[in-house]
Amino acid sequence: MAKISLGRRSSTLADSEWLMTDSQNDPLSAISNMLDIISLSLFVSGIALIIAAIIGVPLGAMLALRQVIFKKIIMLIIYTGMGLPPVVVGLVVYIFLSREGALGWLGWLFTPSAMITAQVIIALPLVVGLTASAVENVNPELRLQIRSLGATPNQAMWTILSEARAGVVAAIVAAFGGIISEVGAVMLVGGNIEGSTRVLTTAIVLETRKGDFGLALSLGGVLLTLTLITNFFLLNLNKRK
Amino acid sequence: MKSSSSKTVLVMGVILTVLSACATPTPAPTPVPPPQKMRLATTTSTADSGLLDNILPDFEKKFNAKVDTVAVGTGQAIELGVKGDVDVVLVHARSSEDKFVADGYGINRLDVMYNDFVLVGPKEDPAKVKDVAAAKDAFTAISKASATFVSRGDNSGTHTKEKSVWTAAQITPTKDMSWYLSIGQGMGETLLFSNEKKAYTLTDRGTWLAQQSKLPNLIIVVGGSTIAENKDKGLLNPYGVIPVNPAKHPGVNFDLATKFAQWITSAETQKKIGDYGKDKFGQALFYPSR
Repeated sequence: MAKISLGRRSSTLADSEWLMTDSQNDPLSAISNMLDIISLSLFVSGIALIIAAIIGVPLGAMLALRQVIFKKIIMLIIYTGMGLPPVVVGLVVYIFLSREGALGWLGWLFTPSAMITAQVIIALPLVVGLTASAVENVNPELRLQIRSLGATPNQAMWTILSEARAGVVAAIVAAFGGIISEVGAVMLVGGNIEGSTRVLTTAIVLETRKGDFGLALSLGGVLLTLTLITNFFLLNLNKRK
Repeated sequence: MKSSSSKTVLVMGVILTVLSACATPTPAPTPVPPPQKMRLATTTSTADSGLLDNILPDFEKKFNAKVDTVAVGTGQAIELGVKGDVDVVLVHARSSEDKFVADGYGINRLDVMYNDFVLVGPKEDPAKVKDVAAAKDAFTAISKASATFVSRGDNSGTHTKEKSVWTAAQITPTKDMSWYLSIGQGMGETLLFSNEKKAYTLTDRGTWLAQQSKLPNLIIVVGGSTIAENKDKGLLNPYGVIPVNPAKHPGVNFDLATKFAQWITSAETQKKIGDYGKDKFGQALFYPSR
């Protein structure tokens, strides 16, 4: 995470104007702007998904397999977290990262880092909750068998996870769908800055408000296509293993 | 067969009676015709300032109407009119309004009221523009100092005005100027953003007055503390009312839209507009045009 520049992205394309703001526009720069927006969308949601998966999958498996105190209450909280409105997550992240906030010194507000932070929080309950339920659905006899063959708890967890991989992939697909299409949080903590924190969903809101329904709709089509392609690869990952 | 179908009719009749009883728990004693609906597309400034809530009940009562207000950016408000999804628009972007009328979508535009724009910025004033008389000179100074400037960037009336000031200053801001942030959000969000970033931004005075208490880092740098004190007459911001042309969209309620345009420009409503906000902000938010 530290290797990737998470601050303000410097634009690589000089002299390009934002698509369709003015009457005279160069189609090439419109396309390059579109590509900037698409790549930032994939970058933010991709990183957020990887972080959420790294934390969430083992956590979900542990919750399902180990003796955890207050398990039911924890699961209740996680399932409730799946229904968290993104804008509320955005608001909380905003308050923490704002100038007067507890984490204001990070200087993350209105940068992709803030957007990733919010999306990790949105994705995490989905990954944990759906992973836990997938693992719980693995045949209990198989679990006993793995234990009796002398597997350590960690080995057992990974074996059972691979047994439940269809459910785990579904958890990751659901989380990705949730964050790539989310607009409330990224608008609030990213600020929708042109050439810096504007992603597909915030661009759609903007074009709708400008009355350019056609462009807004085609951006929606791009978003849907991206999700389709990503899900295709994620589901294939499941098959190949 | 016959008896069963008559039973069905009876049952349906009972259900309908019960349903209609539920729908109207307190039947009106005198038969008042249901209010006519009128859809109004307007900008967030007129709705968020509370002006419409203040004046519309009078119109609804006088004409037995129910006004559904859609508060969006000027660009979208006009687009709703172009598509015939609303009956009348109340907006502030003269060039877009003129195009709307010239293209035949709107008809009989009337001046309603005006307010003004002010340039707000951080207390520290890094570009040293406090009390500069003309907005375009202030914009030039901001650009020279590379002081952070936040743009609405959403083709709203305020954004249109901002672009015209940049044009007057002979500067073309682009996203590659790191001090110029185009965020494509509403006025309220843009002010909060500017407060957070300690940046300059152009705002309408009404939204500024309504939000000022939440913006501790910002002050008015150009535009003075009231409209009368605004030295840059180019910052005045006129609002127009335009009924949607029934020739383009036969489905619109042109009759009521015309009555609305007449009513909002009538002496009585104009006085109400001029008084609105005096008790709360110590100054009017809008000045009547007539």
